[in-house]
Amino acid sequence: MGEQSTGAQITGAQSLVLSLEAAGVTDVFGIPGGAILPLYDPLMDSRIRHILVRHEQGAGHAAEGFAGATGRVGVCLATSGPGATNLVTPIADAAMDSIPMVAITGQVPSGAIGTDAFQEADIRGITMPITKHNYLVTNPDDIPRAIAEAFHIASTGRPGPVLVDVSKDALQALTTYNWPTTIDLPGYHPVTKPHAKQVRDAASMIIAAKSPVLYVGGGVIRANAAVALCKLAEISGIPVVTTLMARGAFPDSHPQHLGMPGMHGSVAAVGALQKSDLLITLGARFDDRVTGKLSTFAPNASIIHADIDPAEIGKNRYVDIPIVGDMAEVIPELVMALEAEYAAGNRGDYGAWWALLNRMRETYPMGYDLPDDGTLSPQYVIERLGLISGPDSIYAAGVGQHQMWAAQFIGYENPNTWLNSGGLGTMGFAVPAAMGAKVGCPDKTVWAVDGDGCFQMTNQELATCAINDIPIKVALINNSSLGMVRQWQTLFYNSRYSNTDLESHRIPDFVKLADAYGCHGLRCESPDDVDTTIEKAMGMNDAPVVIDFIVHRDAMVWPMVAAGASNDEILVARAMAPDWGSDD
Amino acid sequence: MSRHTLSVLVEDTPGVLARVAILFSRRGFNIESLAVGPTEVPQVSRMTIVVNVEGAPLEQVTKQLNKLINVLKIVELDPDSSVQREILLVKVKADLETRSHILETVQLFRAKVVDVASDAVTIEATGNGDKLAALLRVLEPFGIKELVKSGAVAMARGARSISDRPVRSADRSA
Repeated sequence: MGEQSTGAQITGAQSLVLSLEAAGVTDVFGIPGGAILPLYDPLMDSRIRHILVRHEQGAGHAAEGFAGATGRVGVCLATSGPGATNLVTPIADAAMDSIPMVAITGQVPSGAIGTDAFQEADIRGITMPITKHNYLVTNPDDIPRAIAEAFHIASTGRPGPVLVDVSKDALQALTTYNWPTTIDLPGYHPVTKPHAKQVRDAASMIIAAKSPVLYVGGGVIRANAAVALCKLAEISGIPVVTTLMARGAFPDSHPQHLGMPGMHGSVAAVGALQKSDLLITLGARFDDRVTGKLSTFAPNASIIHADIDPAEIGKNRYVDIPIVGDMAEVIPELVMALEAEYAAGNRGDYGAWWALLNRMRETYPMGYDLPDDGTLSPQYVIERLGLISGPDSIYAAGVGQHQMWAAQFIGYENPNTWLNSGGLGTMGFAVPAAMGAKVGCPDKTVWAVDGDGCFQMTNQELATCAINDIPIKVALINNSSLGMVRQWQTLFYNSRYSNTDLESHRIPDFVKLADAYGCHGLRCESPDDVDTTIEKAMGMNDAPVVIDFIVHRDAMVWPMVAAGASNDEILVARAMAPDWGSDD
Repeated sequence: MSRHTLSVLVEDTPGVLARVAILFSRRGFNIESLAVGPTEVPQVSRMTIVVNVEGAPLEQVTKQLNKLINVLKIVELDPDSSVQREILLVKVKADLETRSHILETVQLFRAKVVDVASDAVTIEATGNGDKLAALLRVLEPFGIKELVKSGAVAMARGARSISDRPVRSADRSA
C-alpha cells in the first residue's frame, strides 16, 4: 500500500490539516470549541479558507450547497457534543439527497469517552443511520487514512455524507503524516459500468415501446451526465420529466421536456408517467412524492431502472430491466445501443404518444391566478426572479410553497443551478446552502428563494455572509405564515389554521433585520415594483441583499396530488380534475 | 413470512455490530437471532443472522447490508444444504424421584448434564431449533428454573468455503 510521508513529527491536528489539503479541500465551514480546538490552531496557517458560521447547522447546509453547486465534496467542522449534534440535520439531509459531504467533529479525549464527559456525545453512534459511513479516530496515526477514505467514500458510488470524529488527544499527540496513495476498502466496490446485456435489452424495449418516458432523477446531476442525457433524449425523441432533485438536468426550454412529476408536478409530466407503457428511470428512486399511491403509479408501464445504488432497484417498484451503474456510463452506453438499433432499421414510433402529451401540455400549462385585490402573487415574484436573474444563476430554496413555486416557475437550463432539500425536507436550507454555493461559485449570482418561516430558522448566517464577503441574494417570499402547512389546513382541516400564522408581516421587520446584519434590505409590496426591486438587488454586490416580498397568503401550490392519493387524482386547482383525453 | 439464514462476513472493527443492528432496526427488518464470532481469517468476523421476512424484503435486507462499508460478503444458507446449530443451557428441578427420568431424556436427546445440585441439574444441548424445542417440551413438566439459548450459527455442507461462494445479493440482476 503506497503512502506519501513527510517523516517529520507533527501533531495529529497538523496531520489532519495536511490531509484535508491533500484531499483537495479549499473551503470549510465550521465553529471551533473545546474538543476541536487543537485543529483550529494549525488551520490558521493553512491555505484552506475556513468560514466561521453562526450555527453548526449553517456549516452543514453550507457544505451541502458548496457540493451541490460545484460537484465537489463539501466540508464542515464542529466540536464535540452540541457542535456535533447540530450537524445531525444537515448530515441526514445530505444522506437523503446523496450529497458528497465530509463532516469532521472533535471528540472528548479518548480516556474520557464513555464517561459522560463535558460536551460528550456519541456522534458516531448517533450518525450511523444517516451517514454513508463514519469513523471514530483515537490514534493520530490513523488520521490521514480516515480522511482519505472519507473523501473517497463520500464522492464515489452513490455520493453521501461521511463523518470523521477525532478525539482531542489524537489531535494533540505527535505522529508522522502518511497520506495513503491507494485506498483499500475490501467491502466497498461500487459498480459503475453497466451490464452490456441489460443495456441491449433496455434498448430493444425502448424501440418496442409505444409511450415511453425518461423519468430522470437527481442521480443524473450527481453523475455529471446531463450532456449525455440530452443526447439520449434527442436521438430517441422520448419525452423527459425531471424530478424535484433533477431540475436542471435537462433544459426546461427543450421541447421534449414535460416538466416536473410528483405531488406538485405538471399535468403533462404526471400524466405522461401514468399513461406510459415504459419508464426509463435514470438515477431516480420512485420516491412517494413522485409516485403518489404506489399501487396505482404508472399502472401500465414496464420499468427500466438504472441506478448507481443496487438497493434502490426494486425497493419500491418491481423492475423489468435493472441496470446498476454510474449514469455517466449507463446513459452513453444506452445511446450506443439505441444507435445500433437505429442502424439496423429499428425505430420506435411515438407519434400518437406525442399527440396525447402535447394535448395535455396545451390544455394544462403551468400557471397561477393573480389575487383579485392587487396584492402580490408569490408565483409572479418567483417567475420574474427567474426571468430577470436568468438560468446562469444558482437558486437555493427552503422547504414549502416557495420551494415548489421555485421548482415550477424558474426555468432551469443547467445542472447544479437548483439546490434544495428534496428528501429530508429541511426548512432553513436556503440561506446557508446559498452561502456555500456562493463560496464555491463566487462569480455566479446566487439567490436564496426562501419563505418567512424557513428564513427565521437559519438567517443568522447573513452575518457570516456579510462579514466574509459572500454577497448572496435572498428573495423572501413573505406570506406571514407556514404556507404549505396552511395550505394543507385549508384543504384537509376545514381551514382551521392551528399555529401556522407567523405574523411576520409585523414581526420581525425583515428590512431592519437585514440592515442589522450588515446587508441591504429592500421591501416590495406591489406587482409594479417587482422588476425594479429585483433589478436593484441584482446591482448590489458589495453586501448580501434581502428582499422582503410581502405576498398574498392564500396562494396555493397547484397542481396537487394529495398525500397518499393516486396520481390519477391530480387536481389542477381546488376541486378541479383534468380531463385526460380519450386516448387512454 | 419465512425464515432465512444469512451468513455475513464483516470486518472486525469497533461498531460493526451496532451498524448491522441499527440497519435492521431502521429499515424495519425483524431479527430472529444474531450470533457473531471470529473466523478462520484474522480481522474478519462472521455473523449468522436469522430473519423472518418475505422474499422482496429479504432482497432489501441483503442489498442494504451490502451497502455497509464494513460488510464484506453475504450468503444466504439453504436449510437443506447447511448445518445450523444453537446451544441451550437449561436448569431443571430434579429430586431423587425425577432425576433418573431427566437423565433418560438427556440421553435420548444426546444432551449432557454439566452441573448437578441437590435439587436441580443443568443440561447442555446442541442442535437445530426444532430439536431444542422438543427437548424443552419434554423437560417442562419437571420444572424449568432457568433457560438460556444462543442464536444459531450455520455453515454450508460440502467442501467449499464461504469465500468461494457467490454473493447472495444479485447486484446486477436485482
